[in-house]
Amino acid sequence: MTVTIPASTPARPSRFRLSSRTREAIDGYLWLSPWLAGFLIFTLGPLARSLYLSFTSYHAMGSPEWIGWQNYVVAFTGDGQFWPSLGRTFYYSVLLVPAVICGALILALLLNQPLRAGSLYRTAYFLPYVTPVVAIALIWGWILHPQLGIANYLLSQIGIEGPAWLSPRWAIPTLVMMSFWMLVGGSRMVVFLAALRNVPQELYEAARIDGAGKWHSFRYITLPLISPAIFFNLIVTLIAALKVFDIAYMLMIGNQGGIASGSAGFSLYFYVVKLFDHAFSFFEMGYASAMAWIFLVILLCITALQFRWSSWVYYAGEEGEG
Amino acid sequence: MSAAKAPPAGAGYHPLLRQLGLQIPAFLCAIFFVGPFLWTVLSSFKTVQEIGAQPPTWLPEVWQWQNYLLVWTTQPFGLWTLNSVLVSVVSTIGLTFASAVTAYAFARFRFPLRNVFFIILLSTLILPREVTLVPLFLLFRDLKWLNTLLPLTVPNLLAVGGNGAFLVFLLRQAIMTIPRDYDEAAKVDGANSAWIFFHIILPLISSALVTAAVFAFLFNWNEFLYPLIFLSDKESYTLPVGLRFFQTFGAESKVSYEHLLMAASTLASLPPVLLFFIGQRYLVQGAVMSGLKS
Repeated sequence: MTVTIPASTPARPSRFRLSSRTREAIDGYLWLSPWLAGFLIFTLGPLARSLYLSFTSYHAMGSPEWIGWQNYVVAFTGDGQFWPSLGRTFYYSVLLVPAVICGALILALLLNQPLRAGSLYRTAYFLPYVTPVVAIALIWGWILHPQLGIANYLLSQIGIEGPAWLSPRWAIPTLVMMSFWMLVGGSRMVVFLAALRNVPQELYEAARIDGAGKWHSFRYITLPLISPAIFFNLIVTLIAALKVFDIAYMLMIGNQGGIASGSAGFSLYFYVVKLFDHAFSFFEMGYASAMAWIFLVILLCITALQFRWSSWVYYAGEEGEG
Repeated sequence: MSAAKAPPAGAGYHPLLRQLGLQIPAFLCAIFFVGPFLWTVLSSFKTVQEIGAQPPTWLPEVWQWQNYLLVWTTQPFGLWTLNSVLVSVVSTIGLTFASAVTAYAFARFRFPLRNVFFIILLSTLILPREVTLVPLFLLFRDLKWLNTLLPLTVPNLLAVGGNGAFLVFLLRQAIMTIPRDYDEAAKVDGANSAWIFFHIILPLISSALVTAAVFAFLFNWNEFLYPLIFLSDKESYTLPVGLRFFQTFGAESKVSYEHLLMAASTLASLPPVLLFFIGQRYLVQGAVMSGLKS
């Protein structure tokens, strides 16, 4: 602030000095400015550009050519892989999300018992969550190798002939299993564990005195009281599942002529994998941008619906705790 | 978190029997989660022949320590490691600091549109970054940033994106627990907002800052999608893209590198796993804070 204040007029500061509220606002914006600049350059600008590109034909060279709604029309009616890739993505999510939510809750219930060395177990369960996905894909790809993998060897020892795990027929269930292993013991389990420990013990005591069994205590005390944690995990996990890319991409080798030219074919050709393929294998930047905006709208609708249908979530009115 | 507050389930049984009934499933789960890691580490010490042997051997016949040397010479693994370390260290420090600055703005100042900006920040938390993949690639191409480490670090220095939003949210919670009287007292003594930030706020949220830094490191060390798009020169790769390159390289050259791939995977996983063992408490705390305040 370079406001020159005459030395002899301290009696009327308001005319020459900024009010404290204005100064606070200026200060606030100064502290906010790095993020604000970053948001405009790296989020809002690109968001707008991608919307514009979605109405163009653009192959990364020259200038984009305006083609109106054509990309969207092609996606919905002309592209033979659009709906299948979306279907695959939902199939994967529908298998994965309930499994992860139930699995994480069961693990949390187990760790919430008076279990010796409980924190050691928690560490073990959390481990896959911090490991690079690329390493996880390599590890599991090797374990599940149809001929040389340890998984099929162990299965053969108990008389089961293991399948070709990454063949088109098995690829999605296999990927669900890998993702389950990666996600179930991580932050979702920890969130459940914290929620379980916040349930007041008096409620269980009271229920026991009233003659409620274990199942009834769980169903009518535990579940309602941890429902905010369930809701949070549900939203986070569903969004993550719909965005599946890293692990699928790692399992599909075939860089020339697109991702799907590898041995796994189209079996793991999820929505974001397809988007990536159009953008960076075929350089169809306009079409990829249209796919990106369709994806954004789908995710927004799903998240909005989840909030709409969230009447089952019970908030105990514990504002400001934490 | 207080321990041993669980409901007295199965109270009718002998305590030892009960403990056994808990230990067995807990241990089986532990095998399920840790087993693949052990198998990877064991495989990384075998020869190519032994790694593909049927029936498989559990322990390596002869421990092939040289696998861990071969990794560094077969591929520019040292360069990739250096790139990963550079990106992760710069991004961790930058992202944590920038998130604290942004969190301070939201927690301590009243300014027009503050709530609007905060809602925007929260919505970037769930905004799929796939939507901006193409324009970001074009932006970095026009800036001549492709094949440099700038696209992976500069946005972090401004706390942008989902990771930034997550950490801002976390640190804002921490700052809001500090009584405003501390700020006011310093202001009366003539301190400006920067002095308050560095001398009062940052020291008092140090534990939350460590939590944020642990998350920031994990995000950046494990990042795959962005380096895959922004880096195409082998020399500029970070470890995850390097591993991917190594994998396709092995598949295309028809030579089996599985033992080296396992060694490389082990090495790449080592920093986050070690950090997790050291900073476990902070990670768990952060996950809890993010989940319960939704």
